Amino acid sequence: MLNIVDLRARVGETEILHGIDLQIQPGEVHAIMGPNGSGKSTLGKVLAGLEDFEVTGGQISYQGEDLLDLSIEERAQKGIFLGFQYPIEIPGVSNDYFLKTALNAQRKARGEEEVGTADFLRQLKEAMALLEMDKRYRKRFVNVGFSGGEKKRNEILQLLMLKPDFAVLDETDSGLDIDALQVVAKGVNALRGAGRAFLLITHYERLLRYIEPDHVHVLVEGRIVRSGGKDLADELESSGYTEYGEEAR
Amino acid sequence: MSEAIIQEQVKRSYEHGWETDIASESAPPGLSEETVRFISAKKEEPDWLLEWRLSAFRRWQKMTEPTWAAVEYPPIDYQAVSYWSAPKDPSEGPQSLDEVDPKLLETFEKLGIPLHERAALAGVAVDAVFDSVSVVTTFRETLAEAGVIFCSFSEAVKEHPELVRKYLGSVVPPHDNFYAALNSAVFSDGSFVFVPRGVRCPMELSTYFRINARNTGQFERTLIIVEEAAYVSYLEGCTAPMRDENQLHAAVVELIALDDGEIKYSTVQNWYPGDENGKGGIYNFVTKRGLCKGARSRISWTQVETGSAITWKYPSCVLMGDDSVGEFYSVAVTNNLQQADTGTKMHHIGARTRSTVVSKGISAGRSTQSYRGEIRVDPGASQARNFTQCDSLLLGDACAAHTFPNIASRNATATLEHEATTSKVSEDQLFYCRQRGMSEEDAVNLIVNGFCKDVFRHLPMEFAVEAQKLLAVSLEGAVG
Repeated sequence: MLNIVDLRARVGETEILHGIDLQIQPGEVHAIMGPNGSGKSTLGKVLAGLEDFEVTGGQISYQGEDLLDLSIEERAQKGIFLGFQYPIEIPGVSNDYFLKTALNAQRKARGEEEVGTADFLRQLKEAMALLEMDKRYRKRFVNVGFSGGEKKRNEILQLLMLKPDFAVLDETDSGLDIDALQVVAKGVNALRGAGRAFLLITHYERLLRYIEPDHVHVLVEGRIVRSGGKDLADELESSGYTEYGEEAR
Repeated sequence: MSEAIIQEQVKRSYEHGWETDIASESAPPGLSEETVRFISAKKEEPDWLLEWRLSAFRRWQKMTEPTWAAVEYPPIDYQAVSYWSAPKDPSEGPQSLDEVDPKLLETFEKLGIPLHERAALAGVAVDAVFDSVSVVTTFRETLAEAGVIFCSFSEAVKEHPELVRKYLGSVVPPHDNFYAALNSAVFSDGSFVFVPRGVRCPMELSTYFRINARNTGQFERTLIIVEEAAYVSYLEGCTAPMRDENQLHAAVVELIALDDGEIKYSTVQNWYPGDENGKGGIYNFVTKRGLCKGARSRISWTQVETGSAITWKYPSCVLMGDDSVGEFYSVAVTNNLQQADTGTKMHHIGARTRSTVVSKGISAGRSTQSYRGEIRVDPGASQARNFTQCDSLLLGDACAAHTFPNIASRNATATLEHEATTSKVSEDQLFYCRQRGMSEEDAVNLIVNGFCKDVFRHLPMEFAVEAQKLLAVSLEGAVG
């Protein structure tokens, strides 16, 4: 599904990703772990197409296409979703209207008909029930005045509604208490399978107790220094990232 | 003013001249007592109205053009303008949509205006427009049953002279300002509404339905009166861009609400803004004022301003009756080289009068926009309250937004609040929306519409939808 080869990216004059290789197959859940400033979030944003980051080398192919040729919205329309570490506020735009606009923009790009209002509302109610979100969030303005946890939950709501083929969740667990974390995990687990792939970007092992990854990668200073199975996460939890500091240099 | 337009006016006028018979289309350029008399005679007006015009004209001659607004334009030669142009004969207009400027039709398409309305808006001869006549007829019958008078200003002068005479100039006196004086001297036509005591007007009144209002042009005069406990919602303009050959517009709108009366006045103004280089476009110098004359009366202005090269407009409320309420909700969009100086004035005279001002300015391209507001509280307006919020949204870094709030309170029991913000459509917001699959243009529209939410919710439903679409058209190419 996704094949990243020797990816290098920089912002301004500073190279942040120094050659990333990563393959993700349909249906797989990968976790990328690493200390702050290792380039985890950069990887997510480069995958989503944010122009602030200049790709200086390497390739990314996604479902057989050269991802780097596609604009931000084209990537989204082809099923790439980025769960934001810091979700953005849009005053005056209600949550349900935002979701419907996004959903229809994607459907239109894929040559599908617009979603019917009744159908949309049914899906929205189901997703909100799963995430234990009060129905007043439908009419609240997108992320405006939401707490950190509410914003993250709202990201997962968008994920559930947009049903992407490939989702990158950037630090979705940060700022969440255990209850919220479980709810978020429930949302992600509900979408697992069916050829859908996930890339979880996280600082802590905590999230991975609720969403079990197939593969774990350790990203330190812009390079993947180690890859393994779920056990690697447990190991990192006890030993931390310090041992990779030297290795990365 | 664009040289070409002046030349065109001059040329056309000379073809006909003063001495031509009654069928002549235009007066020659220039403004004198003779012009005023000519207009009044053309309209077969009573003497009192001619005198009223002449006195306005004499006042105007002694006045100077205001220069305090933050707009720039070459000096207007008022003697080069033609002040009378009869409504065009429909047979001279396009006979079918095939003859209409395709660019205009493209805009109609984007605005989702129904096909038969497009023809009317484009000025296609009336007999080519299906059903319009019957629509107008049904509509008039319903209103007459309710006792509502809704007609052109000229008709009102003929058929209801006592009402016109009583209220004309009672809110905007002829000498109020330079443009109001000019309008008072030479106004062509406009709308007249009268809603008698206790009547809720059974439908929203719109100039669009009054087909004959289409070419009332340059110096429009509108007068709306609601008596005790009466109500009317009035929609001005239509959301299609009016291509108008007149560059200078100076309209006057007067609203009067008696005890417990309520007027909702909504405008969507989309006159030609000029091209991307600032060439052409309408100068819109308008005086709009509402008088809450009676106790507990209420006047609400809602405006969406996207057109005109230059806008000079401050719909205001004089809150005379105790417990009366004035409201102003405004969205102004400027793109390219447009300039807008707009805002409101709330004058609290009666006790416990309340006013709300919500102004949203969106500037794009190289445009300039100013909010100019005045809240005045007189000594007698005890416990008056005002809340003002004015927000500016900037698109790109070549535009400008200014705010000039003026607050003067002479009553210590008044409560006045003013909030102002300036923001930009952030890259983060655009990235977020695009990451969810929206194009950059759709993302800007979504964000801008969100910004205008507080105002749009005060527009009548159908207008609100059109206003959103209009915003999208106005901001086309504003980013990226």
